[in-house]
Amino acid sequence: MTASDLSRRALLAAAPALAAASAAAQGAAQTLLNVSYDPTRELYREFNAAFAASWAGRGNPRPTINTSHGGSGRQARSVIDGLAADVLTLALAYDIDEVAERGFLARDWQRRLPHNSSPYTSTIVLLVRRGNPKRIRDWGDLLQSGVSIVTPNPKTSGGARWNYLAFWAWALRQPGGNERTAEQAVTQLYRQVPVLDTGARGSLTTFVQRNVGDVFLSWENEAHLALQEFPQAGLEIVYPRLSILAEPPVAVVDQNVDRRGTRVIAQAYLEHLYSTEGQQLAAKHHYRPRDAAVLEANAARFPRVELVTVDDVFGGWQRAQAAHFNDGGIFDRIHRPGGR
Amino acid sequence: MRSATADPAAIRWGLPLLALVLATIIFALPLAAVFAEALRRGWGVALAAIAEPDTLAAIQLTLLVAAISVPVNTVGGIAAAWAVAKHDFPGKRLLVTWIELPFSVSPVISGLVFVLLFGAQGYFGPWLRERDIQIIFALPGLVLATVFVTFPFVARTLMPLMQEQGRSEEEAAATLGASGWQTFRRVTLPNVKWALLAGVLLCNARAMGEFGAVSVVSGHIRGQTNTMPLHVEILYNEYMFAGAFAVAALLALLGVVTLGAKAVLERASERRLGGAA
Repeated sequence: MTASDLSRRALLAAAPALAAASAAAQGAAQTLLNVSYDPTRELYREFNAAFAASWAGRGNPRPTINTSHGGSGRQARSVIDGLAADVLTLALAYDIDEVAERGFLARDWQRRLPHNSSPYTSTIVLLVRRGNPKRIRDWGDLLQSGVSIVTPNPKTSGGARWNYLAFWAWALRQPGGNERTAEQAVTQLYRQVPVLDTGARGSLTTFVQRNVGDVFLSWENEAHLALQEFPQAGLEIVYPRLSILAEPPVAVVDQNVDRRGTRVIAQAYLEHLYSTEGQQLAAKHHYRPRDAAVLEANAARFPRVELVTVDDVFGGWQRAQAAHFNDGGIFDRIHRPGGR
Repeated sequence: MRSATADPAAIRWGLPLLALVLATIIFALPLAAVFAEALRRGWGVALAAIAEPDTLAAIQLTLLVAAISVPVNTVGGIAAAWAVAKHDFPGKRLLVTWIELPFSVSPVISGLVFVLLFGAQGYFGPWLRERDIQIIFALPGLVLATVFVTFPFVARTLMPLMQEQGRSEEEAAATLGASGWQTFRRVTLPNVKWALLAGVLLCNARAMGEFGAVSVVSGHIRGQTNTMPLHVEILYNEYMFAGAFAVAALLALLGVVTLGAKAVLERASERRLGGAA
């Protein structure tokens, strides 16, 4: 069979799918595709149902919301390659910037919704084993000899980049701290990491199921999920004194919604994240709500931690990415696989 | 019957025993573990996991992809094997190498090839986008990737047999005035029908189980573009271990049934050949 036969076949196979898609656009119920990152599965399963009900309550036909989850960087790549996302809800702004860079959405997307287009925030915490046998109370305790640390690979995982930056921010704050001492501390940290998984979920499985490591650097919401899912493991969450304010951003993908005629519902979907119902669901799934009243009502579940931002410490995501994580950046310098 | 070699008993009995033990450790035990894990919390939990809408959608999609890919590869495989075994033409060796290509290339690369061709940034991306045609991250992409990966199964099963059978029967048919199509339908095809069935079944088993290439072009949209193998990974990552193993067990079962059917067919064909000889 030749290549042209193959593509002709593909076109034939695509025809019914196309007909169905255009029928949906003109007809009643709309579909929406939310391309998101790994740890938001539980949040969006519940939020999608809530939004569908709310949208139907406003006199519209009940929409179908589809979701796709994976590592944040990889999901951005799929959208760049043509995955027809109506909205992106990723782990960090840099990944949406990459999509915007290719013209899929306006470059100033982050100014279009309140709070840097991040309807909820999270932070990085330390997850330790039953009884905290290594007595880990703060970032500094990680560098004791004999402490084995589990964190994913910052090259592929958004969460891992937040972990790295949180630790760096802590190291800068130490007496006499500067770029050089911070780099030394981060170098030491990654020497104590026995395995770098590609994503947060893989790392958590390594820590919990395979019993590797003394401490897991984790998204706050992912740590709570681990406590729920593995109650018999007796894991404990340790809040460091200082951590980073992770702002997982959301955006409408202009090119795709204009093509599919879904801009209005996509915009409403993201705005619903900022509504009281959306904020309560975020809090329920251990994301820190932006809404002061909802945060107040859930204060006990979100211990106060001093949170620094990427903008303040690193001058924004573009600069942090370029200096630390791009090829030839600081992470490449300090971490040589197979090397010392 | 005399043994072909005069090896000592230790080797004659030891080697097969070793092979059997290895096969048990490497294949049978893990497979048994999948079924045990799936049923650990009872049939009710396992069946409920399978009856979940996203899982049913994954099962449907897997069967649909196989239902398209296997016939395509059956026709393509017969044509390729027939061309190679019964005809001489320049570039024949090249064609044989081509047919084997999917076996030697990593499935991830097979998937990436289609992203490179049909992705939004790919060669045909802009053209397809203008016409609103979605190939990757949709059914056509899944089918293409599966066809690519599973193409050699039918062709490779048929080629050696057809070559061994030679061309004398076809030539006799032609001498007696049969048309090309008649020769093919009455002579060539009946001669290879058992091998063909075996190849089709193998192709089907792999088409349902393919992970790598399909993962690259899927987009992982729940209930839309997740095949069973991808759905197993998703469930596992969501800590739904019972569900993950239930779907894995069902997938394994489909594979085992397919292979069982193949074994039965092979025995039947041996008996026929034995009777004819």
